[in-house]
Amino acid sequence: MKSDTITKYVLLLSSLVILLVSAGMIFSLLGDAIPVFEKFGWRFIISTDWNPTEGRESYGALPFIAGTLSTSLLALIICLPMAFSTALFIAEYFKKSSFSTVLSSMVDLLAGVPSIVYGLWGFYTLRPFIVSLGLDSQGYGIFTSGLILAIMIIPYATSLSAEIIAMVPNELKEAAYALGATRMEVIFNVILPNARSGIIASFILAFGRALGETMAVTMLIGNANIIPTGLFSTGNSMASVIANQFGEADGLKMSALIAIGLLLFVITGIVNAIGKLVIKKLS
Amino acid sequence: MKNLLVVLLIAAMFGACSNGKKSAADSSDKAVSIAAAGATFPMPYYNMVIKNYIKEKGVLVTYGGIGSGGGIKSLKDKVVDFGATDAYLSDEKMAAMPSEIVHIPTCLGAVVIAYNLEGVEGLKLTNELLEGIFMGDITKWNDSKIAANNEGLNLPDQEITFVHRSDGSGTTYIFSDFMTKISTKWADAVGTGKSLQWPVGIGAKGNPGVAGTIKSTPGAIGYVGSEYAFAQKISYAMLKNAAGNYIEPSIESISAAAQGAMPEDTRVMLTNSDDANAYPISGFTWLILYKEQAYDGRSKAQAQGTLEFLDWLISEGAQSQASKVNYAPLPEKAVAQAKTILRSVTYNGEALLK
Repeated sequence: MKSDTITKYVLLLSSLVILLVSAGMIFSLLGDAIPVFEKFGWRFIISTDWNPTEGRESYGALPFIAGTLSTSLLALIICLPMAFSTALFIAEYFKKSSFSTVLSSMVDLLAGVPSIVYGLWGFYTLRPFIVSLGLDSQGYGIFTSGLILAIMIIPYATSLSAEIIAMVPNELKEAAYALGATRMEVIFNVILPNARSGIIASFILAFGRALGETMAVTMLIGNANIIPTGLFSTGNSMASVIANQFGEADGLKMSALIAIGLLLFVITGIVNAIGKLVIKKLS
Repeated sequence: MKNLLVVLLIAAMFGACSNGKKSAADSSDKAVSIAAAGATFPMPYYNMVIKNYIKEKGVLVTYGGIGSGGGIKSLKDKVVDFGATDAYLSDEKMAAMPSEIVHIPTCLGAVVIAYNLEGVEGLKLTNELLEGIFMGDITKWNDSKIAANNEGLNLPDQEITFVHRSDGSGTTYIFSDFMTKISTKWADAVGTGKSLQWPVGIGAKGNPGVAGTIKSTPGAIGYVGSEYAFAQKISYAMLKNAAGNYIEPSIESISAAAQGAMPEDTRVMLTNSDDANAYPISGFTWLILYKEQAYDGRSKAQAQGTLEFLDWLISEGAQSQASKVNYAPLPEKAVAQAKTILRSVTYNGEALLK
């Protein structure tokens, strides 16, 4: 066989494996989630009841959906300005300075720190700090979880955005400067339009990471299965309830946990689809 | 490369053959290995005594701490020689097993009410206070009801944070069983189970999670397995038992909970015991196995080995080690009952232990 043909088949095979794995995951998630949807129907998604006590079993995923979305959105809101300005700083404003090199390697380092480390730091340092500021008496809840998620995804979004911003052709920027543009004007009229879709994609990836984050959130959110009533209210997230409760689960409860997994899958899918749409609209 | 694969394959086939021979071997063959899985709560105890057993008898025993639910499921699927559980099987669940099973109690543990209040030692709680705190009716530490019961203690003007388990657990089961017994309000609103719909509080994973959260949260109160609390030297409350005495959890007061009358199959929750010296949130942990051991082509040697290990586990030699890892040993009466149950286990209708 020619080496070209071999390459073709190897590439095809690995792509097929990805397809097979995702199809298999959806298939098994769907199959195991069916019992809970049969029993509760759509109520499973809109009910706030989570009662695993034998004889009183009733499952609703809304508290977890609310917890996941609120912490992740809060993280995204905090992350947007921070990550964007750091990325500009590294990739454009102080591109050649040694400070920016140090900063950029720090960002890459932070992006690679395991989430449990963030969780520990959040539990032993950030939470007591929030308590000492007097924001909340115990420091568990949506705000602390959102904050730690933001800190986790900022390096991620920064690192990706910086790459994209650095990729904007120098000729374009030089042409703009030659026409007498200020740095601000270059950023907003040349760099942003060029890098926009890439920057948005990096934030969507970061948001996706926040949605699925488990350990750090579970240590800080308070694991109370209620719909959060405010910024400092406790709550629970989808990934966290699965991680916490699958150990002793069986029967209907197992099915409910798997259904939450399926919903998380679907939500991530929707977020990605919206992101793709936005990118398409903008470019 | 190919040669290596062939060699490995052949080796694997030989391995499979010799395994097959072993299970069919006659009863004099002592080289059995025993597999068990289940509750995580008694795991430190089992691990310690199993190590001693392997040293003494040369019989390999393995125990996997996969949770009570997992232990029951493993026995049901017949992938282990015996399972372990912190909550006994209800009649319904027993009927759902492929054949009759027996429960063997192995040791006792308790659930302690741990708290974090600076400078406050020896907190005393009554059933009414427990109900008030855990149902969310009492929200401050300096509540007049707590203060009236704890004269001389300097209770701060601080919010009470209830820390409970976020994962399913036998510890939660014992705790909620006790709460159900002492409070109709709790029984109506929450009930008994391994995981619950909590009226108030925040969740943390595992005994270490709950203990850690209590330690780092001033004003926190929660329930922790005694084996963990004793090892961690965390402050815990004295509880007023059914006889009206304030009892501190200890190996002796936990053992005392099993002094009363027990059903023959030992399936009993020891919470709220009426013994005068009993700590009220105590409970057995059990091993479960099939009453008829000749199933799925199990050899008699395998069944014999399993039974001998269990008989040793409730004997003086193993029981005296329990308090080393902060469990309470079985009282004599419970040992006698467990021995009788073990002697009712059969192989093809014949009792295995004399």
